[in-house]
Amino acid sequence: MIAEAGLAALWLAAGLAAYQFVLMILTLRSRLEVARPMRGVAVVQGVLALVAFAMLLLVFARSDMSVALVFENSNSAKPFIYKVAGAWGNHEGSMLMWVTILAVAGAFVAVFSRRTTERTLITALGSQAILALGFYAFLLIASNPFARLFPTPPDGQGLNPLLQDPGLAFHPPTLYLGYVGLSVAFSFAVGALLTGEVDSRLARAMRPWVLGAWVLLTLGITAGSYWAYYELGWGGYWFWDPVENASLMPWLAATALLHSVNVLAARSALKAWTMMLAVIAFSMSMVGTFLVRSGILTSVHAFAIDPERGTFLLALLAMYVGAAFALFAVRGATLKEGAPFELISRESGLVINNLLLSVVLGIVFLGTLYPLFVEALSGEKLSVGAPYFNSVAGPLALILGLLVGIGPLLSWRRERRPVFKQLTIPALMGASALAITIILAPSIAILPRLGFTVATFLAVASILPLIARNPLRAPLATWGMVVAHFGIAVALSGMAANAAFTSERLGIAKPGDTLSVGPWLVQLQDLTPTAGKNYTATEAELRASRGQGPVTLKPQTRYFSDPPTETNEAAIRTFWNGQLYTVVGKADPSGGWQLRLWWKPFVTLIWAGGGLIALGGALALVGRLWRLRRRRQVSADWRKERYA
Amino acid sequence: MKPKNQRLILASAALIAMLVAVLLAMWGLRSQVSYFYTPAEIASGKAKPGKAVRLGGMVERGSVQRQPDGVTIRFALTDGRARTPVVYRGITPDLFREGSGAVAEGRLQNGTFVADTILAKHDERYMPPELGNLSAEHKAGKTLEK
Repeated sequence: MIAEAGLAALWLAAGLAAYQFVLMILTLRSRLEVARPMRGVAVVQGVLALVAFAMLLLVFARSDMSVALVFENSNSAKPFIYKVAGAWGNHEGSMLMWVTILAVAGAFVAVFSRRTTERTLITALGSQAILALGFYAFLLIASNPFARLFPTPPDGQGLNPLLQDPGLAFHPPTLYLGYVGLSVAFSFAVGALLTGEVDSRLARAMRPWVLGAWVLLTLGITAGSYWAYYELGWGGYWFWDPVENASLMPWLAATALLHSVNVLAARSALKAWTMMLAVIAFSMSMVGTFLVRSGILTSVHAFAIDPERGTFLLALLAMYVGAAFALFAVRGATLKEGAPFELISRESGLVINNLLLSVVLGIVFLGTLYPLFVEALSGEKLSVGAPYFNSVAGPLALILGLLVGIGPLLSWRRERRPVFKQLTIPALMGASALAITIILAPSIAILPRLGFTVATFLAVASILPLIARNPLRAPLATWGMVVAHFGIAVALSGMAANAAFTSERLGIAKPGDTLSVGPWLVQLQDLTPTAGKNYTATEAELRASRGQGPVTLKPQTRYFSDPPTETNEAAIRTFWNGQLYTVVGKADPSGGWQLRLWWKPFVTLIWAGGGLIALGGALALVGRLWRLRRRRQVSADWRKERYA
Repeated sequence: MKPKNQRLILASAALIAMLVAVLLAMWGLRSQVSYFYTPAEIASGKAKPGKAVRLGGMVERGSVQRQPDGVTIRFALTDGRARTPVVYRGITPDLFREGSGAVAEGRLQNGTFVADTILAKHDERYMPPELGNLSAEHKAGKTLEK
């Protein structure tokens, strides 16, 4: 019954979304009064989608094996949290989660958004409903998550053990919230293009959504990177895997949008460009979903290989993106010109930021999709790996890092102050960092060396906007910007340190043998068989020392039975100046065990930086919302006084 | 700057940026792409020795040999029609085993494929798309052997 209730809720939600579409057309063709039910319908649609998703969680929590999806992706022996998380650890469930977030976001816009004109809002809600409608159709026609099995099998097939990790409970929902948060920016842009009301009010309505989505994307990418680092046991934090790129592309577009929407809000400039970016950002989210979920990629994320679904998703993607770009082509040129600005100004700085981000986005996009194009055209199979992305996007990222330090010091419209004088100290610090790396580490590669230089420059320069005024009185949004930009410097130095100073050791050891890696001596003490709830494992006990007292690490090799799989559980120990990363491999016929050891100086800075970037975004978001609330209160008080 | 000129400058800047992106990408792709081959294609001499390529196939049963140093393994990848010997130094991935699909990244040297990385399928149900057709062919081959 639970599954049927979920399916019914899904059908009803789809019906309401179609109704919203009709309301939107009517509004555009006649008067606004027609669309009075719009907000209410959007809310009910959101609630129905939420009900459907709750029903799916329930069948997974109860291990109801008569539902095909539960049978295929769950097992009654799994720990409870992974039973629930398993609901979105598969194709159908994750698509249901996607559309649920889309619908709930629409409901939130309907309830809380008061900044744009009613007409733009109604159109935006209509656009959001059309997006949802396509994904409802996809679920109901091609991927019904509630399909039943008869006869009911005794137990399920289990979940990929790599996915049985706390990261799974957290990583996809975070990324999805980010992806779908961008759908609101997309819908606002479509709405405003249709009504022609692209102005600073629209930018202010859009901004919290862009900021929120961007914060979640940043967190999702950072968490995903750390997950891959400790779970895959390869010691890397970013592989330029197409699926990683699929999350990076919307992030790059959202970063550009985040900056240009500020120009639109503050100065009413960059109108067409901002609308374009809003369309691109969500298009990239959909490209990401398509790449990941259609099964055309080789990845742990590719759940099911079913050409029908891939084609359906591709058709949806082409329809939405095509329609949005067509709309932009027709209406973009009719937008009024924005406010003028000089060549050296905050606006120009942000334009350059946007252009560089777009170039990086273009490079990642081409590199990710090139193999697909070539295979479709000539049937030849090829892959584009890390060397391409590092050599092409790496230098651009460094240039961007330099400009991030300069941009915030410029003032709006026209620069009157001698900005470059302020940059003397950061520039000197950067130069001395360069000198120090040349003297102390003459043999490291050029890219990490420049990475240290830019990171040092940026770390100092990013704080200047706070020092220029009283830091305590600076608005929260300024604090957010400073924290985020400082976070970039932190992450950059972590990446440079990892690239320049990592030492790796691969060897074979019998109990009692010692291997060295970096400053560490690692001794294999013992090997013990052990077991978890649904796996057995061999655990190695390692004693590592470097001068002071030894530490113990216990990496494992795990064997899962449902489905039969082996995984390496790395043991990682964090110190203030780096991480010791250990993996135990397979037994050797001679009685030794494979050990793989890394000493990674300051690698943690990468994720600390990612966290700071997200924190900066969150501070800015809180600052904006706080200000909005206070302004509303003030105007309410003023009204009360006036009419008292 | 007059608003009209400004729009023109912005539009051309955007165009130039896109052009730069495409040119940079083309330059990078020309030098950094690695092609995917099957053992049969290697046997027919399609891959140039020394160039970075990817090789995909099934790990031939009975071919995996660990070397005395404990961390180097030798095995053969096959697609049912030809086999390519592979040597790899490192811990093999979680799901690397005989009779199962794997992709090796590396280069061909004197008829042996020297792998830098080995990728295996992630779980029982998941199979790299590149190997999808292959396993069907391989299965067909196996039935023939019987």
